[in-house]
Amino acid sequence: MRVIVCIKQVPRAQELQVDPVTQTLKRVGVPSEINPPDANALEMALRLKDQHAAEVVVLSMGPTSFDESLERAVAMGADRSVLLTDRILGGSDTVPTAYALSETIQKIGGYDLLLCGEETTDASTGHVGPGIAGHLDLPQITYASEIRIEDGKVRARRTAEDGTEWWETTLPCLCTVNFGCNRPREPTLTGKIRVERGGVVTHWSCADVGIDPKKVGLFNSPTIVAKVDTVRLPTRAGRIFSGEPKETVRQLLDSLIADGVISP
Amino acid sequence: MERFDAIVVGAGPAGSSAALTLARKGFSTLLVERGRAPGVKGMFGGRIYAWPLADLVPEWAKDCPIERLVIRENLAFLTEDASLTVSFDSPKLAQGRGTSFTAVRAKFDAWLAKKAQDAGAMLVTGIRVDDLWREGGRVRGVSVAPNDHVASDLVVIAEGAASTLVREAGLKADLEPREVSVGIKETVELPAETIQERFGLGEKEGAAYVYAGHASMGLRGGGFLYTNKASVSIGLVVSSEDLSRKKVEVQDLQTKFRMHPAVQRLLRGGKVVEYSAHLVPELGAGMMPQLSTDGVLVVGDAAGFLINNGYTFRGVDLAIASGIAAGEAAEAARSAGGMSKVNLAVYEKFLRARNVLTDLERFRRAPLYMKNERLFDVYPRMLMEIAERMYTVDGSGKERLFDVVLDEASAAKVPKLKMLLDLLHGAGSM
Repeated sequence: MRVIVCIKQVPRAQELQVDPVTQTLKRVGVPSEINPPDANALEMALRLKDQHAAEVVVLSMGPTSFDESLERAVAMGADRSVLLTDRILGGSDTVPTAYALSETIQKIGGYDLLLCGEETTDASTGHVGPGIAGHLDLPQITYASEIRIEDGKVRARRTAEDGTEWWETTLPCLCTVNFGCNRPREPTLTGKIRVERGGVVTHWSCADVGIDPKKVGLFNSPTIVAKVDTVRLPTRAGRIFSGEPKETVRQLLDSLIADGVISP
Repeated sequence: MERFDAIVVGAGPAGSSAALTLARKGFSTLLVERGRAPGVKGMFGGRIYAWPLADLVPEWAKDCPIERLVIRENLAFLTEDASLTVSFDSPKLAQGRGTSFTAVRAKFDAWLAKKAQDAGAMLVTGIRVDDLWREGGRVRGVSVAPNDHVASDLVVIAEGAASTLVREAGLKADLEPREVSVGIKETVELPAETIQERFGLGEKEGAAYVYAGHASMGLRGGGFLYTNKASVSIGLVVSSEDLSRKKVEVQDLQTKFRMHPAVQRLLRGGKVVEYSAHLVPELGAGMMPQLSTDGVLVVGDAAGFLINNGYTFRGVDLAIASGIAAGEAAEAARSAGGMSKVNLAVYEKFLRARNVLTDLERFRRAPLYMKNERLFDVYPRMLMEIAERMYTVDGSGKERLFDVVLDEASAAKVPKLKMLLDLLHGAGSM
């Protein structure tokens, strides 16, 4: 069985900074990480590998700085990784991205299961996974928090707004994985040694894959970011109550009640 | 399974020196570090005696991240509000094999680990090795998790003072409180020019201070201060036995030490930017584990290679020298047919050739001598009273120095014979 996991490298959530002038996310010079929902998808793939002796291939699209995350994925236990990297992909929104990734997945070939995170923490569209399934004409289950493979079929628990649903479909298929549904493992010593020995990331250009340059990049992306608003956090009151514990707790409660935070 | 000729656990000065030596001698070598980079978990007072570096990296002075070359040594005795400092100044302190320099571990350890990598060792960071991997009772590598073993003929334990692998290997019992002190250090930021002016130093020159007496508030231990380029390292090393017996918090001691007028004067206007603490092996030769067994060598602090004789604190130089000796021992064992206990026993010989064991043995009694509480309370106070009477001219009638000394010695309420014995004992052990 071959599982392909699509991941993206994003600025680390705690370090998110918005450029005050351009109103866009700063991506250069900030620490990065594997998009957290993608890390959950990777962990799910690695658990399937533990159970079914699957081969796990990790795929990403972006600049070569993304090697860092692909290497981490291999150090965690993935077998190999592919980075689709080409200047002409710059500025692609979710439409060309889903197209380019689906072409790359076809070049890798031989897949049974495709896993993506439910969305990315830097853009939060959730388009790319379903887009890939569309291009490849595959059945898909979104927001999966548990996946079982039995008798050549996939059963997945899907987190819906008002409960959970169990879905079943045939392989090959695509699942997007629920953020936080598992705890991604740490890299192993053996995995880190494999990375140090080299050759765990394969770089492909659009030409290598056979991607149509007229379908990717900024000018072939139907959406544009017209405006970004930053939310201003209210300033904290910063009141300090001092004195006997009993008294100060009373003061705190009274003040919370007065502000309507809690009811008496 | 991944396989190496040698695995070194810990990329501090001892581990990187061992990895560098092993790699040069043609061993495929893996250097594993727990921190996210070498040196980030490292802690020491602040000074490195350079002599073994000259053997390991002959060109070391070219790119070694030196903060300042130490050209002035100070020994300061403190009472509650007074101080008496003996200062030794000589350009010879910063020449040849006797050179010592102040350093920042994050930079120094990264530099040395890079040398090991350049020589061919593989460095892996962010991995804590919990266990040795055994096969047929013999150590065959290291183990990180149930399915994460890496094999090797030799494991060099360079984990530092709180080594768990030394115990895992059955080379030493658990640490006892009397074997370790607690080291605490603050880095105080000051502009380079201020340091140069305040300490009377040139641009690349540095000063070292050892504080005795009230620095540790009557607990056994002492203080230190080293000047870096644009910061000062200041801290204490205090007996962990005394800390627990007297129920004192080491950070309270540190704050009081920093606020002592004689210390405060040197730090004025500075900002504490870093705080660290670590165990310090204290008994040297008296706490040494078995240094080798089948497939295992122990280097650096993990082997208790630290000398504190009261006026010099040595750790990093012994660590580097022991790392080199471990590499030499591995080479000799390979020629003799393999990494067996019998073949690796030659490690001791190489340690002696670099005077590591010899120095440790010579100062074996120093820790016992320094257990003497009179050294940290009665004598510094006596010294200070004598100095005060020597230098005070207030028209109340002056005494001769000899009489002052005798008078103060009587006032100290310590039998003179005991004092004489303390003096002789000190001269003999230090």
